[in-house]
Amino acid sequence: MFAYCADPNSLEGLAWLACYLTTGKHMGLYWSFGTVLSLLAITAPVALAFGFVGAMAARSPFLPARIIGKGYTAMVRGVPDIVFFLFFVIALDQGVEWLNHQIRCPDWTEPIRQGLEFRVCPEAKVPLGTSPQYVHQIYGFGLAVVTFSLVFGAFAANVLYGAMQAVPRAQLETAEAYGMSHGQVFRRILVPQMWVYALPGLSNLWMILIKATPLLFLLGVQDIVYWARELGGAKTSAYEYPHPDWRLYYFLFLLVFYLGFTRISEIVLDRLTARLSRGQATAAGEAMRKAGI
Amino acid sequence: MKKLLIATALVALTAGASMAQTVRMGTEGAYPPYNFINDKGEVDGFERELGDTLCAKAVLTCEWVTNDWDSIIPNLQSGNYDTIIAGMSITDERDKVIDFTQNYYPPAASAYMAPTADAKIGEGAVVAAQIGTIQASHVAESGATLLEFATPDESVAAVKNGEADAVFADKDYLTPIAAESGGALVMLPNDVQLGGGIGIGLRESDTELKAKFDAAIQSMKDDGSLNLMIKKWFGDEATTF
Repeated sequence: MFAYCADPNSLEGLAWLACYLTTGKHMGLYWSFGTVLSLLAITAPVALAFGFVGAMAARSPFLPARIIGKGYTAMVRGVPDIVFFLFFVIALDQGVEWLNHQIRCPDWTEPIRQGLEFRVCPEAKVPLGTSPQYVHQIYGFGLAVVTFSLVFGAFAANVLYGAMQAVPRAQLETAEAYGMSHGQVFRRILVPQMWVYALPGLSNLWMILIKATPLLFLLGVQDIVYWARELGGAKTSAYEYPHPDWRLYYFLFLLVFYLGFTRISEIVLDRLTARLSRGQATAAGEAMRKAGI
Repeated sequence: MKKLLIATALVALTAGASMAQTVRMGTEGAYPPYNFINDKGEVDGFERELGDTLCAKAVLTCEWVTNDWDSIIPNLQSGNYDTIIAGMSITDERDKVIDFTQNYYPPAASAYMAPTADAKIGEGAVVAAQIGTIQASHVAESGATLLEFATPDESVAAVKNGEADAVFADKDYLTPIAAESGGALVMLPNDVQLGGGIGIGLRESDTELKAKFDAAIQSMKDDGSLNLMIKKWFGDEATTF
């Protein structure tokens, strides 16, 4: 990074630290914060969409949709996250490759499962073995996003289902009395009113999602926990910047990061709750109306 | 003449075709000097240099991938990468699930490292080792209480903070750590020979790739360049072929 970093052994004090903190490896750590934040930024809306569809399906008057919606929430919620993460990612990856194999190599005669090996034809590998490493990383990240979204979507579905049931029946009846159709009642009355009931549950989920991001490490994505462990471990002079075991400091830094991040989230969510309560037929909305806010 | 031309053209063509083959080399990246991630964030160490040389000899394009040690064999089998080159000793148990090339590092000594030279290591002692290594199974058989850790670094840290009486690992890995600890950690004299040397792990169905690496390793053994590389990374006292 800096010109004087060419010979780390001659450096001392702050200059050493400045060079140490700007090594390629530390760039990997800083970059991984971006990975975690983008995972959150993509997963949260996708999981919410999954949850919305799941909740709609669970309330549907059409039996098969109801079974799918309820089955999805029950199954995903009932399995420990880590088990789901370990199982689902492998299953999804092999499933994609198996399908690809059927399409691209119909003439392949060797069995796909050979003992413990899972072997599809080279053209069917996803991503291809010849692809550069960043493609593999993006694919791994994509798998992580899908898995996170599925898991958190199931919880969100349950929260939204409860919120939809919590909207006072009188509100919907009034809308029906005005001659609105089923869909109109749903869009104009039910959905705008349910958010305030859903928000406490959803904000809980958001907090849990933030704290669950170290699971990325389990999926082989190099996240901040991976780098903190890798960088913090004791380094001998095989490395340019030897140092003793500094994992404590690195993990302390992560602790501060997560605490700060959840604190900011809390502030934002509180404001959102206040905003959504305005004019609602709830105790909070009523209190705001009386106070004249 | 014409035949010769065709033959050269064919050789050139096949060479061109095999040039295109990309081999993904899986390693742990946490076991200096065998393999580690250097300060630039790249895989470095004895196995990096060796792997790159072998790939050049076998005309393969190689790409380096790091993976956690405890899932390194399953991820080879599911095809996330094509080789394991991570200081993995050739043992019968591993040979049942994957294949190995001939060894590129001779059977090396494993050793204990402890805070004091008179530390207990046998019955009643607590010994740290990395999970799924030959050293871990040796400790389990020795009667000592085994403490397993996911990374080699954590097993050393366990001794430093008093969780374990000693750590048992490859001598080449522990020696630099003891030397640089300023006397806080010492190597114990009782070395143990384990395993059949270190080889490259491959899927059992990848016989062609195995043959290529075997030939490349053999040529490096024959011309002595492998011994030079071992001395460069492990010092002049290292066991060579």
